[in-house]
Amino acid sequence: MTTNSLTTSQGAGRAGDKVFSGATLAAGCLILAVLFGVALFLVIQAIPALVAPPADIQGGHGFFAYIGPIVVGTLIAAVIALVIATPVAIGVALFISHYAPRRLASGLGYVVDLLAAIPSVVYGAWGAAFLAPQISPAYGWLASNMGWLPIFQGPASATGKTILTASIVLSVMVLPIITSLSREIFLQTPKLHEEAALALGATRWEMIKIAVLPFGRPGIVSAIMLGLGRALGETMAVALVLSSGALTASLIQSGNQTIAAEIALNFPEASGLKVSTLIAAGLVLFVITLGVNMIARWIISRHKEFSGAN
Amino acid sequence: MSKRIDVKDLNVYYGSFLAVEGVNINIEAKSVTAFIGPSGCGKSTFLRTLNRMHEVLPGARVEGEVLLDGDNLYGPGVDPVTVRTQVGMVFQRPNPFPTMSIRDNVLAGVKLNNKKISKGAADALVEKSLRGANLWNEVKDRLEKPGSGLSGGQQQRLCIARAIAVEPQVILMDEPCSALDPISTLAVEDLINELKDEYTVVIVTHNMQQAARVSDKTAFFNIAGTGKPGKLIEFADTTTIFNNPSQKATEDYVSGRFG
Repeated sequence: MTTNSLTTSQGAGRAGDKVFSGATLAAGCLILAVLFGVALFLVIQAIPALVAPPADIQGGHGFFAYIGPIVVGTLIAAVIALVIATPVAIGVALFISHYAPRRLASGLGYVVDLLAAIPSVVYGAWGAAFLAPQISPAYGWLASNMGWLPIFQGPASATGKTILTASIVLSVMVLPIITSLSREIFLQTPKLHEEAALALGATRWEMIKIAVLPFGRPGIVSAIMLGLGRALGETMAVALVLSSGALTASLIQSGNQTIAAEIALNFPEASGLKVSTLIAAGLVLFVITLGVNMIARWIISRHKEFSGAN
Repeated sequence: MSKRIDVKDLNVYYGSFLAVEGVNINIEAKSVTAFIGPSGCGKSTFLRTLNRMHEVLPGARVEGEVLLDGDNLYGPGVDPVTVRTQVGMVFQRPNPFPTMSIRDNVLAGVKLNNKKISKGAADALVEKSLRGANLWNEVKDRLEKPGSGLSGGQQQRLCIARAIAVEPQVILMDEPCSALDPISTLAVEDLINELKDEYTVVIVTHNMQQAARVSDKTAFFNIAGTGKPGKLIEFADTTTIFNNPSQKATEDYVSGRFG
């Protein structure tokens, strides 16, 4: 009998809402479609290499014998880069966010961000032409004094073009990513928690330890994982710096190889099954990065209860 | 285990802006002193100078003397960190450390400065502090749970437990109940009454009934206008301030004619 007057809607506002929600939905779906498309391409193109007779694959012992050492080399290079870069990055980020005078802090932050703007091929050239020759005497010293450790076993490379040099270059490249993300996180620490710590009689460092770092932990983990992603996938710098070879434990001899550099160096001349092999190597890299991200999320979620979000 | 505070000619600045001018006040040991006044009159600012938390803000500084049993907090060579271990603080919004358990929150101040404490002593201190904050019975079965999972009033009492665990001489409270419901407010007010047996308590409050309920003495702060410095107008026994103030401004404020 009577119509509910609340059912009549204000047309214009509704339409805008629909368009916007449609646009965001489309954007979200597009990301999934691209990701899925890349994964599908990698799998389809990689299948010939995975099913080919072992003797046909480079090295003659099948795909996994070929990719295994390169995967290990990739992980070694990335992990060393992170081990070097993380403490430096967190230190710089803390200095910018909590120690430096305001004017110095913004200048320094800008310089760190500039580091990220340098093309990777420039880093590679710098590593190969400058860093490697400069650092090779240090490798000689390591070989003669700490050679009993397998990772410093001699003879040291005379050119310095080793996996350790590549890792150092990589660490400089991931430094700005970890630094700027950590800095943003540290700056978001609630004033309330910082003052709580100070009012208890904490020194500045103790305040950072009990208020800033715990609050920033998930952010630091994601920053490191993003850095790891870049270190794993970095191509040009490694390709230029590293004189590659078979997998060796020693970090100061030439040898080892990373997946990205292996693909970049061999792809132009590859054909047939070789292309499939390299794409399969790309698939392996994709899976590793995916795994790294999932582990990072798991680490973050494990401490959700204590995250301060509740 | 409590000390008196004497403030002499204190001016408080933010950069070049004079926020509070010429405060002289003598706060007795083992008493509750309330600061009241309209918003922006500088009572919180002044409170924060009593444990040197004021200077955490860039550009903030003071002139004058704050004496804790005769020792000047602003004397040369005085470390603010030492001052803050003697003069604890509870803030407007409850701020337990979200990443720490209830137990670790209580022990947070004790473990600072690399002090080691045995597990037995720590357990005893946690119980003593939580009992002192009237919180023990509510949390004794979940000491390892995060402090942020408690209700607002419980969190505020946890912050009080954390403050008294370091055994300070003075406890400053900056509107400790303004974010709490009436029941939790009552719990905190009861606690304040118990705390004055052992500590000197200074509390800033917007709530005049609260000042009347909990404090022995009351200080009224006022401000002449925006951009002018806040001043201490009158300081006397709480009953005097509310029933028979000597200043017109105080009378207008406590009778609700402004503010």
